[in-house]
Amino acid sequence: MQAIYEIILAALMGGALCTVAQLLIDLTSLTPARILVLYVSLGVLVYAVGLYDLLLPIFGMGISIPLIGFGAAIGRGVRETIISEGAIGILSGGLSAAAAGVTLALIMGLLSALIFKPRSKRM
Amino acid sequence: MEANEKKRLIKKHSPHTRVLKNAVMSFIFGSIICGSGQIIFRLLQSYIGDARASATLVTLIFIFIGSALTGFGVFDRIARHAGAGTLVPVTGFSNAVTSEAMDSESEGTVLGVGSKIFTVAGPVILFGVASGVVYGIIFFAARLIAQML
Amino acid sequence: MNRIIKLKRTVSFCSVAAVGGYEERRGPLGERFDFCDMTDTFGQDTFERAEGEMGKLALNTALTKANLSHNELSLLVAGDLQNQCVGTSLGLSGFGVPFLGVYGACSTCTEALLVLSAMMEAHADMRYGAAVTTSHNSAAERQFRTPIEYGGQRAPSAQWTSTAGGAFILGRDEREPRITELMVGRIVDGGTTDGSNMGGAMSFAAADTIISYFRESGASITDFDAIVTGDLGAVGSDILRELLSRELPGSERLHTDCGLMLYDMKNSDVHSGASGCGTSAATLAAHFIPEMREKKYRRILFLSTGALMSPQSLLQKQNIAGIAPLIRIECSQ
Repeated sequence: MQAIYEIILAALMGGALCTVAQLLIDLTSLTPARILVLYVSLGVLVYAVGLYDLLLPIFGMGISIPLIGFGAAIGRGVRETIISEGAIGILSGGLSAAAAGVTLALIMGLLSALIFKPRSKRM
Repeated sequence: MEANEKKRLIKKHSPHTRVLKNAVMSFIFGSIICGSGQIIFRLLQSYIGDARASATLVTLIFIFIGSALTGFGVFDRIARHAGAGTLVPVTGFSNAVTSEAMDSESEGTVLGVGSKIFTVAGPVILFGVASGVVYGIIFFAARLIAQML
Repeated sequence: MNRIIKLKRTVSFCSVAAVGGYEERRGPLGERFDFCDMTDTFGQDTFERAEGEMGKLALNTALTKANLSHNELSLLVAGDLQNQCVGTSLGLSGFGVPFLGVYGACSTCTEALLVLSAMMEAHADMRYGAAVTTSHNSAAERQFRTPIEYGGQRAPSAQWTSTAGGAFILGRDEREPRITELMVGRIVDGGTTDGSNMGGAMSFAAADTIISYFRESGASITDFDAIVTGDLGAVGSDILRELLSRELPGSERLHTDCGLMLYDMKNSDVHSGASGCGTSAATLAAHFIPEMREKKYRRILFLSTGALMSPQSLLQKQNIAGIAPLIRIECSQ
């Protein structure tokens, strides 16, 4: 029962975050690329004020898979590295926390470019 | 003709974006992705144990799926209906990276793919890192002050 | 000064050819194309080269239909949508014909026919010339918008860049129909920075040209069977008809738009219609010229419409400008 409850909460949160983005795209002049940037920065902010660690146990992947989670990972990396290594963490914490995701995305991009060719669009 | 009159005419004759339909579709796709992510997360966690590592793995799995669907030419067909439902989860980030890379392969692997791959990834990484640095400076300063007091 | 150039010499359509891709074949004009490549690649490894190949194919088809060799062409006027017009210049490099590359965004088809006609008017010994125009959906998406496999949504006012091309051989023969008048368009501010609403931005230029033409020529709207615009799509056509009904009552009923003819507007996900300079070129070659030869139209005004902008100008929030050159095409009887 607990598991189903968790899954529903994750789905609701993920869906809600996507809908807010969709409304921003449709009702304001924000472009999709700006939405991605906005959500990443928002993720850092949400982590910085301590909200992310409150929401994560409740909504799980619903808040972690959207790019908010990517931003929060950067925020957490900065915070934890500052605590363990001092001021250098301001510079080194963010990228090292995001390293796995960024590296996988880039490597997948490179491999896809070598393997696949773009196909012309269909209506 | 005055600029305002032109704006008025364009507005009058342009069809409206189907805001409600788009909102519903983005919600459906967003919840499917995050709900299934939660299922994968639970499976991984029962196997690995560590919650943080499992969460990272889930993110990586969706980056992989987004990229693979882009490579096989399926992602854009889904995203046409899903809108922000596939954009906001990491699948959107990985689609942007992969589609730019595939597109620019004809201009060379080094300068084509090497530079264009960052067209959308660049801003996301840059402003993510920049926000992190701003937060880091504030957090570090606050800690310093707290230690002095 | 009267802006209308009346041709004293004969400039007639000797032959025309239309080529297209997969979506164009499925459209209402599909069967009237001379050739459609269902892969959209035209046997090339990049879409940019495919566009060049499309122009080459269209010109070769038109030459064959006119029973001419490329050596008999005195001039080639052509353009496309790629940076520096390179699709055309590389695709047509093998013909060895004196070449003028023209760029008028989606107005290129009329612009090329206009320049070629004016040259043939000026030089009596120029017997044959060719005008070629192409656009390729995938090359244009890459150039102006997003990568091909990028998962985005198109706005309802957005148009679909056609993968299409047209080639026209103009000559001195007493063949029908003929080009009899030319009018160069003015650059008209489109009133919007929205790259997804080019039809709306171009409609004001089309209205400017049509209204100026009737004012300066003194012609009556009843002289014409159709006023054909290039690729205004649904939004631009609606605006143009409203403007025409204000300034030239009755003329709005003569208006048709190539952008509304190329695809099935009801049953396909085309949004506001077709765009791209191949749209008006292919529609003229596959529909209007054949219909004029069958005497279904006697006299038309043909004006392709162009949205003048670049990816940079859009990012810098500059207004899109419109342009609409005009040619008058008619049968003598």
